[in-house]
Amino acid sequence: MISLMEVQETNKMIQEANLDVRTITMGISLLDCADSDLERFNTKVYDKITKCAENLVKTGDELANTFGIPIVNKRISITPIAIAGAGCNADSFVSTAKALDKAAEAVGVNFIGGYSALVQKGSTEADKALVRSIPQALSETNRVCSSVNVASTRSGINMNAVKKMGQIIKEMAELTAERDSIACAKFVVFCNAVEDNPFMAGAFHGPGERDSVINVGVSGPGVVKRALEQVRGADFETLCETVKRTAFKITRVGQLIAQEASKRLNTPFGIIDLSLAPTPAIGDSIAEIIQEMGLEQPGAPGTTAAVAILNDNVKKGGVMASSYVGGLSGAFIPVSEDNGMIEAARVGALTLEKLEAMTCVCSVGLDMVAIPGDTPAETISGVIADEMAIGMINSKTTAVRVIPVAGKKVGETASFGGLLGYAPVMPVNLFSCKDFINRGGRIPAPIHSFKN
Amino acid sequence: MKAIITVLGHDQVGIIGKVCSYLSEQGINILDISQTIIQGYFNMMMIVDLSTGKDIKFEALGEGLDELGRGIGVSVRLQHEDIFNTMHRI
Repeated sequence: MISLMEVQETNKMIQEANLDVRTITMGISLLDCADSDLERFNTKVYDKITKCAENLVKTGDELANTFGIPIVNKRISITPIAIAGAGCNADSFVSTAKALDKAAEAVGVNFIGGYSALVQKGSTEADKALVRSIPQALSETNRVCSSVNVASTRSGINMNAVKKMGQIIKEMAELTAERDSIACAKFVVFCNAVEDNPFMAGAFHGPGERDSVINVGVSGPGVVKRALEQVRGADFETLCETVKRTAFKITRVGQLIAQEASKRLNTPFGIIDLSLAPTPAIGDSIAEIIQEMGLEQPGAPGTTAAVAILNDNVKKGGVMASSYVGGLSGAFIPVSEDNGMIEAARVGALTLEKLEAMTCVCSVGLDMVAIPGDTPAETISGVIADEMAIGMINSKTTAVRVIPVAGKKVGETASFGGLLGYAPVMPVNLFSCKDFINRGGRIPAPIHSFKN
Repeated sequence: MKAIITVLGHDQVGIIGKVCSYLSEQGINILDISQTIIQGYFNMMMIVDLSTGKDIKFEALGEGLDELGRGIGVSVRLQHEDIFNTMHRI
């Protein structure tokens, strides 16, 4: 029988260390909405989403009440619109983005992800139309998130797309200049994008997925930090074991919520994503875990090793706690969404280059990094190319979500509101990469991708 | 269905009595009680069987207990037992 101590331990995690379920994301396939007429396609998309996700928010709230654990976000991911809408022969999918925004509002979710294209090897006409329309779509909607996969270990890097990404990021920054270029916070560029990621802004429902599915993202950096406080100064074996044990407990809660949500929504359970996701709240920070491990600030020498330890042990603990693990399952280090990272960037401990190094061992990418508004498009493409190369060579997912904040310079602060937080504008290396980016074409797949 | 009720707050006369009376009015059977006092703070948990209860919904019972707790100045929470079982038992 459960003991008083165990009950207290769980409730302290929830009440004092911000343990929560970060998101229940319903993946919905839109492949059966395909139509040759764009308006009819939009109507089918709206109808399918509002029907499938009708009870998503209500069920999430009920589960939070029954188990006494907050479920922060209820969200939806959909088949990439460039695939589902390819039959429309449209010049632009902005009207589809608006239908998605309306559907998200109707069912009460705060974000819907999948205004996306997969162009790692090349673009179809639909891909081109979608990519072209991303800046307008993100500046004229509130809840739609977009992503483009421009590279993979099996295909190499589509450098034409990388070049284009720099341009559209600049364009959407300008279109939302009066709101600190917020459109960029809803857009991610990927290498090796996964089909079952429940986290925004990069979530989409992959073409290999079933009709609808429940994916859950757990959280709990605060819980890991609390646990590490108890073993301050102990050796690395103890450190690793503590992270592992804590991750197991956190993930078990995610598994329970995922199974219950799946049962109540009559939708199959997909995966648990083991990523530790921070929020701007004090005590819910990856940076604080790194500090608790013994580093003065994230970015200090040793940070890459600390992040590697954290991520590897979260996986080791989490994998055993869930029947299906998937998604990104890496540490998120969204600078603007993590109070400790914001501070580290502000005092100059954390640089873009160190963040890039961290993505080699674990973290998913350069996430929610504010850079000067006058950064050239080619430089942004260069940053993306570096990150894509890390993902391609290391067979891992990497991503870039940078915000060239229109009109702002290094040292100023950009504010995005709510869970997206705020961020100091960080310096970017300004030596030119223009001639490199302008070459165009594709970087071939790396040698170790030929495994057959 | 079994649930766990936790009570947390400054120790005072009659906490257990008031919670038990409320549960008894709802026809809910208490399976186990354990309690401890840490630095003047009263910590209690009850395992209850909701299947014996009158026709009261989980949410309504949770709200009722929450209200009762506020009346006596302690926090009273109702949670499905599975969150504890999943976290602490394989």
